[in-house]
Formats: sequence, structure tokens, C-alpha cells
Amino acid sequence: MKRFIPLIIFALIGLAFAIGLTRDPRKLDTVLIETPFPQFSLQSLEDPQVLLTEANLKNQVSLVNVFGSWCIACNVEHPILMDIAQNETVNLVGINWRDKRDKGQDWLERQGNPYGDIIFDPESILAIKLGVVGAPETFVTDKSGTIRYKHIGPISREDWTQTLKPLILQLETD
Amino acid sequence: MRSLFIILAFILSTLSVAQTAPSSDQIEASARKVGRALRCVVCQNQSIDESDAPLAADMREIVRQRLSAGQSEAQVIAYMRQSYGDYVLLKPPVQSNTYLLWGLPFMALLAGLLWFFKPAKPIRMAEDSQ
Repeated sequence: MKRFIPLIIFALIGLAFAIGLTRDPRKLDTVLIETPFPQFSLQSLEDPQVLLTEANLKNQVSLVNVFGSWCIACNVEHPILMDIAQNETVNLVGINWRDKRDKGQDWLERQGNPYGDIIFDPESILAIKLGVVGAPETFVTDKSGTIRYKHIGPISREDWTQTLKPLILQLETD
Repeated sequence: MRSLFIILAFILSTLSVAQTAPSSDQIEASARKVGRALRCVVCQNQSIDESDAPLAADMREIVRQRLSAGQSEAQVIAYMRQSYGDYVLLKPPVQSNTYLLWGLPFMALLAGLLWFFKPAKPIRMAEDSQ
């Protein structure tokens, strides 16, 4: 029996590596699920005179999408956001992150604008409060303005139909 | 005696200045210290102090702003931890889910010492072969 001890230790270490090394280190669990959307007061992308705050997210279910004109994966996601804007009732809010105002506006003019409100966040003030690591990232907030879900990376059609849409429909009936 | 008083008064005055308003040098030193404790979340194994990533630059800026506004180093680190979780701390805190991480080296050392000082078994091979 005693001679199997090294083998057992080896197997345990092997198992720990097999689990640990196959996890994607970029996929972080957000600690913000079930917490209120952070307070902020930032200019709208379209109009510097308009200040947007967390109050704009209240009383409706919102899909808050972090994007930038520099973000290549956002191009992939964009047609799906356009579809959602045209066919669904959810409040689609954009966070234009680490962008230049004119570049962000040009990008939306070229590709079409799926968003209602667009929060302009060139200095990552809101992005850091939200624990954003890259774009695109998307948050779902409920009617009380609480974060209920975070999606990392572009939203695919399957993500929308299988995860996000059912969640939003359920939150809308609450 | 008089010179002693002057020296004492001087020391006391510098102390009181240090307590009322942190100078820009102190904020800079604190910002670097906090920056070395926080992980650059896009580059995995660099601190935000070392990293050239744009997000790390924005994080450094927020660290400086908060320290200038009078927050302590611990408060600034807590602010970042609130949004990025324990992951943003380069040094894992000692808490229930890291007891194993922190305890394992000591357990391995203890096991090694026990094995090393274990009394040796008497060698019987010579007798057996007879």
C-alpha cells in the first residue's frame, strides 16, 4: 500500500492542474452580480450637455453594452444589437468606452445606432466601477437598477435566444 | 537648553504639517505603492504600476485622484476590489478560500521535517540473508 502514496500524490497534483489550467483566466466572475448598478454621472455621447446617471436605468429592464469604435469584436456583435433594438422592447444602453467622441459618433453613423442612451466614458470611470476588462461586455439590470447578469465577449445569436432573452422576459414580468 | 527647544518645536511643526495635508510627493509614493499591489486585469501577471495597458493607465489615474481626495491606501484598494474582486489583488488575502494556498507550504515543510527526523528502521537485511 505504502508504495502507492507517491502515485496518489501525483494523481492529485495532476487533477488540480487538469482543472486549473483548462480554465480561461480572462473569464472572471463578476463580484457585482446582485448589487446595485454603480453610481455615475457622465456625459451622453451625442450631447455633452446631457448628463446620464444610474437613475436612467431604473424602472425598466436594461441591457448595458460596453463598446468602442476601436473594438474589433464589437463589429461582430453589432448586427445582433441592431436586431434587438428593432424587434425587442428592452432598454438598450451603450457605454462608449475609451473612445474619442467624434470617432464613437462616426462609428455609430456608419453602422447604425442600436442604443437609446449612450454613456460617454473616455477615462474608464464607469468601466472601472463595473469591473470591465475588455469590450464588448454586457450587463443586464432589472427594474430596481440591480445588476443581474454579465456577459463577456460578443453576444452571439445563441447567447441572445438561449440566455439573455429568457432572462430579460422573466425580469420584465417581475 | 534653548537650542533643544528649537529643535523640538521644529520637529513638532513638521509632524503637524505632515498630518494635515499630504504633499504631492506623499501622494505619488502612496499611488506607486497601491499601484504595485493591484493587478492589471488585462495583462494577468503585471501590476498596474508596471503595465503599459491603457486600462492600467486609467486605473493609476483613479488611484491618484482618490488618494488626492484624501482616501487612505486601504480605501483605494477596497474600491478596486469592490468592482474587480479578489483577483485585482496581486497578493491573495488570507481568508477561508485561500487557507489551503497559504497553509500548504507550511504543511509541506512540516511533512518534510517529520520524514527527515523519523527514526530509521533497523537494517535487517544482513540477518535475513543468512
